[in-house]
Amino acid sequence: MLIKRPADIPSSEITPEAQYVNRRAFIGTAGTLALAGLAVPATLAACTPADDRRASDMDAPELEQDEKVTSEEDATSYNNFYEFGTGKEDPKRNAGSLRTSPWTVSVDGLVKAPKRWDLTALLAGLAVEDRVYRHRCVEAWSMVIPWQGVRLRDVINRLEPTPSAKFVEFTTLLDPQQMPGQRTNVLPWPYKEALRLDEAMHPLAMLATGMYGKTIPNQNGAPLRLVVPWKYGFKGIKSIVGIRFTTTQPRTTWNDAIPSEYGFYANVNPTVDHPRWTQAKERRIGEFLRRNTLMFNGYANEVGSLYAGMDLRKYY
Amino acid sequence: MAPSVQKTAGRRIARVLVWAAVLGPLPWLVWLAVSGGLGANPIESLQHRTGHYAIRLLAASLVITPLKQLTGWGWLIINRRTLGLGAFTWAMVHLSVYVGLDLALDFSQFFEDVIKRRYIAVGMLAIALLTPLAVTSTKGWIKRLGGAKWNKLHRLVYVAMIAATVHYLWAVKRDITLPVLYFVVVAVLLGFRLVMWRRRVTTARLSASVPQST
Repeated sequence: MLIKRPADIPSSEITPEAQYVNRRAFIGTAGTLALAGLAVPATLAACTPADDRRASDMDAPELEQDEKVTSEEDATSYNNFYEFGTGKEDPKRNAGSLRTSPWTVSVDGLVKAPKRWDLTALLAGLAVEDRVYRHRCVEAWSMVIPWQGVRLRDVINRLEPTPSAKFVEFTTLLDPQQMPGQRTNVLPWPYKEALRLDEAMHPLAMLATGMYGKTIPNQNGAPLRLVVPWKYGFKGIKSIVGIRFTTTQPRTTWNDAIPSEYGFYANVNPTVDHPRWTQAKERRIGEFLRRNTLMFNGYANEVGSLYAGMDLRKYY
Repeated sequence: MAPSVQKTAGRRIARVLVWAAVLGPLPWLVWLAVSGGLGANPIESLQHRTGHYAIRLLAASLVITPLKQLTGWGWLIINRRTLGLGAFTWAMVHLSVYVGLDLALDFSQFFEDVIKRRYIAVGMLAIALLTPLAVTSTKGWIKRLGGAKWNKLHRLVYVAMIAATVHYLWAVKRDITLPVLYFVVVAVLLGFRLVMWRRRVTTARLSASVPQST
């Protein structure tokens, strides 16, 4: 008989290093905002205790014991970001040309007040959280990445979509001057991605502004990048400049380019193969043997109900 | 310089270049592996690199015959076998990286891949076609088969070359710049042969029709 002995200290009791680092990041952000006159200090003080509560009772599910955070070097030098080239090492080499400040995000479609937001204003006062998520690329490799950012739902609530809004669409910056890959037609530019609104409102979905306790590097999608950990990585659109709310399902870049290989939903699913390779297993960067891929990338308990009754073979 | 000296020098230079092309990647890969130059996904990097070496060497082996015909340097022909065997060897390394490292010897996955994935099936076809050519590349086999038969058999290399290029095209996700470039090279190499073949056929027909008309 197998008897599982619990660890002396439950891993939920251990403060992750990234979270510890983020305390300072949060204070730093708050300070900057206060200086910029974009936030009233009293508001900040008021929202701080709420952040603590939320961070503790809404944490992302933990990783398995044998899962380690991917090395920062690997996570920032092995990237798919075709705006900076199609090779995995290209984005790190070429993304220096991206200017991430100032940065505006235009919000339109079915919202109370369409407008161009300054990024700082868009995120001002929102709780910055640490989330260590699995990242599963559709190409069957994966990483574990400590993100810092805000919940997508908090941003959406701030934007106040109208009741008829059913989808949210994101657009990457279009500027071939800054993004040399856009001078080729390897994909239709600008890159677009979208979520069903209930997916976007899920507490696990976030907009990342940092990783490894630092500002998110350009090659990883600075200054604002979508992170949806139960979906394949290409859903995680980078360098977002547009958010639009719609009634009908928006068209998305990879789905448009090769519909048979890249679906709109793109939920991580080991039972539905990519036409050219199996999705049952994945290579975790830094490991030799492939791991079994988990349903919804290991977040089935949290997100499974979003897809109840759906044929996931059809809606891949 | 006397013609024979020139020939010997040219022959030597060609041999050195060809052997460097065949063996050079090995120390290069060792260096990359040791220095971390294979990046975050070294198995993938090895897979891609060895595939490129195999395709390029196979294309290089197809350069020899046209080059010989254009220059009249008969002594070049010895390099064709070296390049062909080099291509086969790197193709086998490529296959070994895939089965041995990528799949960690999961043979059921391997067979599933061959059946279900057309790019792997066509890659296996290329290797299957190259295998008898590698086996019969020796002088003994040329004698055993006879020149005509041997030449006929070794025309399979054209099919293998096309299969290898298709394998690469189908394996690529989106950016087909390099596979298309490879296709252009292959088209030139095979197109040259087609032109030469048609010229031979026309000449043969002409010379055959002359006595009839008299």
